[in-house]
Amino acid sequence: MTEQVTVTYREALRAAIREAMLADDRVFLMGEDVGRYGGSFGVSLGLLEEFGEERIRDTPLSESGFVGAGIGAAMGGLRPIVEVMTVNFALLALDQLVNTAAAIHHMSGGQFSVPLVVRMTSGAGRQLAAQHSHSFENWFAHVPGLRVLSPATAADARGMLAPALADPDPVVLFEHASLYNTSGPAGAGDPVDIDRAVVRRPGQDVTLVTYGGCLAKAVAAAEVLSADGVSAEVVDLRVLRPIDWETVLGSVAKTHRAVVVDEGWHTLSLAAEVSARIAEEAFYDLDAPVRRVCTAEVPIPYARHLERAALPSVERVVEAAEDVVGSG
Amino acid sequence: MTSGAVDRETGLALYRQMLRIRRFEERCVELYSAASIRGFLHLYIGEEAVAVGTMRQLRADDAVLATYREHGHALARGVPMPAVMAEMFGRVEGCSRGRGGSMHLFHAPTRFFGGQAIVAAGLPQAVGLALANRMLGRDGIVACFFGEGAVAEGEFHESMNLAALWHLPVLFLCENNRYAMGTALDRSESETNLPIKAASYEMPAWSMDGMDVLAVADAARLAVDTVRAHGGPVFLEARTYRFRAHSMYDPDRYRDKEEVERARLRDPLVVLSRRLLDDGLVTDADLASADRDAVAEVDAAVAFAEAGGDEPEADLLRFVHSERSPS
Repeated sequence: MTEQVTVTYREALRAAIREAMLADDRVFLMGEDVGRYGGSFGVSLGLLEEFGEERIRDTPLSESGFVGAGIGAAMGGLRPIVEVMTVNFALLALDQLVNTAAAIHHMSGGQFSVPLVVRMTSGAGRQLAAQHSHSFENWFAHVPGLRVLSPATAADARGMLAPALADPDPVVLFEHASLYNTSGPAGAGDPVDIDRAVVRRPGQDVTLVTYGGCLAKAVAAAEVLSADGVSAEVVDLRVLRPIDWETVLGSVAKTHRAVVVDEGWHTLSLAAEVSARIAEEAFYDLDAPVRRVCTAEVPIPYARHLERAALPSVERVVEAAEDVVGSG
Repeated sequence: MTSGAVDRETGLALYRQMLRIRRFEERCVELYSAASIRGFLHLYIGEEAVAVGTMRQLRADDAVLATYREHGHALARGVPMPAVMAEMFGRVEGCSRGRGGSMHLFHAPTRFFGGQAIVAAGLPQAVGLALANRMLGRDGIVACFFGEGAVAEGEFHESMNLAALWHLPVLFLCENNRYAMGTALDRSESETNLPIKAASYEMPAWSMDGMDVLAVADAARLAVDTVRAHGGPVFLEARTYRFRAHSMYDPDRYRDKEEVERARLRDPLVVLSRRLLDDGLVTDADLASADRDAVAEVDAAVAFAEAGGDEPEADLLRFVHSERSPS
């Protein structure tokens, strides 16, 4: 491991982009306001001055156009990092990502690959209402041909980009908007294994499976549970496709109970897939039914108290965990 | 309508190329009826002059993107006919290993990037391929074929803007066959003058007679030379017509039989052969010989496809992800 410094999630992303661009001339960044503005979340601030307009490329507001151009550029030999402001806007580019980026290697019989990285924010918590706050990670994680990543810490933000760029196929990277100002240790040159989940906190009594913006809530819930004498293990999926079932099922085999925490809507969520897989493959390990803590089935509202009520909370995670522990 | 000078060799080469596409697709219709070919089958019959006249102006290091009506483009680009026919049969010897079919012909050796069945989806990718050429210091251009139906899509406008804004070497070649499936252009567009739309993005844009391969060759040469010389995009509209229905599923209820018959009078094979005969450049025997060769090539391609193998079902999940890292 290299020397660890404490940086914000935003700084970790910027350092990873900078490092990738210094290492490989084929890498470039494009998206709305990535250049002069410095990135709508400030991730690319200063990179235009260092790398110039060719490689820090501001685009018009045309998500399908510039994501499609990223696909073409990747097929043409470049290593594009395409930034889309939010997953809500990325729906305008869903066709390019699903019908081409994910499919063209297969439908060309293996002749063309799309080594493209698409970064976007997701998630709620900033009172941005129903067109800037959603979590559609599961839509992308549904699609064969894509790899989907969800860095939840500064170290993962720092260490996921290099392996994502080295992947010969398209990678979608979700940055939860609540994380940019969070800090943590991150060292240069510590690539993350983008096939594996990680146990963030070991425990014995219940497994909390989560990812992205909900990791901090799950860890906080584990602290509360610990004070009540319940030992919770926190599994951060961090790779949403392909999911590392070995780590998930291994944890459940140990704790015999699982709560899945996911900011997506409850119905047909990633949490639904995780629950189903546990039920299929670890049914006899379970001492209690799997529980899910997800977002209420409502477009995210603006008012602070309503937004908060819609989202998974530490209290709801604690309640669900105590429920499964109590019932077992 | 007359077009520029032509010599015997060029004229005959253009005729032979169009004819092999025509005979290939006519055989595909028979094979479709015999259930050797399934899925959608979109025929290019009537439009052959566009791909043939344009493709001749391109170099090996240029890239080509086309639509789901792309048999002619693949063949004119140089994708081997046996590999195309094997793909129609779903064989592992097909140019996409049987994973794509009629609508998704791909061929890396000729830089043929498909084979796109989402209308207008190829345009942004053409922009990106051209961007890669620019940033990697390569001087190839990108030829992107699409139908007039694509101009109603947002991606058409997004791509015109990006290519012009970034001054990228793309030839946008719009094949206006007058119907987007069954909807006529004037029933779907408030402005039916397509070059005007492209010109609003500050790029050279004009129309050509897409039924006369010599006119296509002249216009495409000028367009390709312009893209190469100036590095920026050009929009070229080919006014053409498809003689067959949209696909094998289409009962063709939306246009008059008379309109189709009138268009057939300007069959690109007839337009060219008449010109070459009138100019004394070829004889009836030359044309008959070209036909025999085309039929023989199709026969050989069908034999190859029929003798082909099936991808083992054990390999179903291959090519979802790459098997080795590209350098």
